[in-house]
Amino acid sequence: MENMITDEMIEYVAILAKLELSREEREAAKQDMGKMLRYIDKLNELDTSGVEPMSHVFPVENVFREDVVANGDMREDMLTNAPEQKDGSFKVPKTVE
Amino acid sequence: MEILEMSAVELGRKIKAREIGVLEATEAALAQIRALEPVLNCFVTVDEEGAKRQAARVQRQIDEGILRGPLAGVPMAVKDNMCLEGLPTTCSSKILENFVPPYTAEAVRKLVKGGAVVLGKTNMDEFAMGSTTETSAFGETKNPWDPGRVPGGSSGGSCAAVAANECFYALGSDTGGSIRQPSSFCGVTGIKPTYGTVSRYGLIAYGSSLDQIGPIARSVGDCAAVLEEIAFQDKKDSTSVRREDCDFTSALEDNVKGMRIGIPGDYLGEGLDGEVRAAVLSAAKELEEKGALVEEFDLSLVEYGIPAYYVIASAEASSNLSRFDGVKYGYRAKEYEGLHGMYKKSRSEGFGQEVKRRIMLGSFVLSSGYYDAYYLKALRTKALIKQAFDRAFTKYDVILGPTAPSTAPKLGELLSDPLKMYLGDIYTIAVNLAGLPGMSVPCGRDSKGMPIGLQLIGDCFKEKNIIRAGYAYECTRNHEMPDLARRQGQGMAGAAEGKVR
Repeated sequence: MENMITDEMIEYVAILAKLELSREEREAAKQDMGKMLRYIDKLNELDTSGVEPMSHVFPVENVFREDVVANGDMREDMLTNAPEQKDGSFKVPKTVE
Repeated sequence: MEILEMSAVELGRKIKAREIGVLEATEAALAQIRALEPVLNCFVTVDEEGAKRQAARVQRQIDEGILRGPLAGVPMAVKDNMCLEGLPTTCSSKILENFVPPYTAEAVRKLVKGGAVVLGKTNMDEFAMGSTTETSAFGETKNPWDPGRVPGGSSGGSCAAVAANECFYALGSDTGGSIRQPSSFCGVTGIKPTYGTVSRYGLIAYGSSLDQIGPIARSVGDCAAVLEEIAFQDKKDSTSVRREDCDFTSALEDNVKGMRIGIPGDYLGEGLDGEVRAAVLSAAKELEEKGALVEEFDLSLVEYGIPAYYVIASAEASSNLSRFDGVKYGYRAKEYEGLHGMYKKSRSEGFGQEVKRRIMLGSFVLSSGYYDAYYLKALRTKALIKQAFDRAFTKYDVILGPTAPSTAPKLGELLSDPLKMYLGDIYTIAVNLAGLPGMSVPCGRDSKGMPIGLQLIGDCFKEKNIIRAGYAYECTRNHEMPDLARRQGQGMAGAAEGKVR
């Protein structure tokens, strides 16, 4: 797996992860990820055919309830943490040209 | 006996009997914090004024007979990944440096309602990713037994603070061993409850299918008392389960007669430090002498826990941490181009190296083309690991082994080699994958004087078995305390100034 980690792959994963990596970070990520994946490949020693993937340990079922508002209006409280705000809303850079 | 050396439950009793005031206990803890923080750095935020205000209020409510719980008035600390209204909650990350949550995590709220006095928020590995508390953006925490060594992680601040008598108990969170391993390194007791026992509402998520909040204290009895207060089904956490058997303190019996205890031979093999092995086996002997039936068995699949864990935890982390985008809270880069540039710059500047490493790995294993080979493979492995434990628990009430392969390493030793750091979680990690309860109890020290932890693992919902075994073992020995913890609050006032609000 180690050799399979190409620059293009790191580039692609960084896009998915929404991270901007410097050249050094990219090189380090290539090394790290190669090393980790080679280690993770150990799982291939196990025969898991016919084994259902287990996402939760206990059976989890949908829990239904009435959609009732239980919390108060916390608009002001929520906005105090915003890096930028304007007119009672979160302010973001222009999204549509 | 010094106030600070009392157990949480004992202090609670004396407060109720009017022998000690809540403010007196709070001031004692704050003085200890002031004296030791310059060396240990257990806290990210110390809320001195808030703690004193709470102390006065709690005292009043105790006097009026409103608060009657066993922990009313007892000063404690909270890991900095649990929200507490009005106090910074940073996850020890630059990206949340200025985040002040408008609400309180449910587990914390339960304790506060019962009269807990919150002293502050404890240091951790950034977003709980790490095993040494060195990945914190606010400096590493030092081990009170030897400040040249790490306290373990990720709940290193909580465990070190408890060991150093800076608080009477603390809350931690455990995704792959983050309560048990630092408890082992710091010589304190910590429980990771069965998945779903404690509400995760207000706990900043790392690996949601694995994360669980639990108590850290200086005795099994204290841990049981705290767990009893925080365990309940919360509608705000759909994974929290309904349980009828949360009277954990009823299991504090010095009686293990007939208890079936299994020691996995695969927990004693290669990679385990000889002194740790000897201490763990001698603890097993003590339990055997008290009437437990102890034998070795083969658990199997132990070496597959770590690779499966890193796939699953990283995948969940990459998804959970996508909420940090510089819009609603947290850090936003100063210079950027466009919306996507803002996301990328904010995240890249705000997250530390280990967090980025895991987000990258997680994004990769979830990406199309690799999802089946890595993510689903890991989930299948998880199913097999769960089956191995299910088989073991048909034969045993408790699984006993070491918490960690070694005692606390020196600062910096593991940070340079992530894979080596990950391997240190070999005995704790499978417990999270299988959703089981696990506990670390101190069982002696090595020739360097560093504490060794005994791990007790129970079947799902069988906390009482491990509490009983842990308590029976604890009854055979005295609580050991680092020398540094005895030296309380002489002078040095204001030394922890930077983080005192």
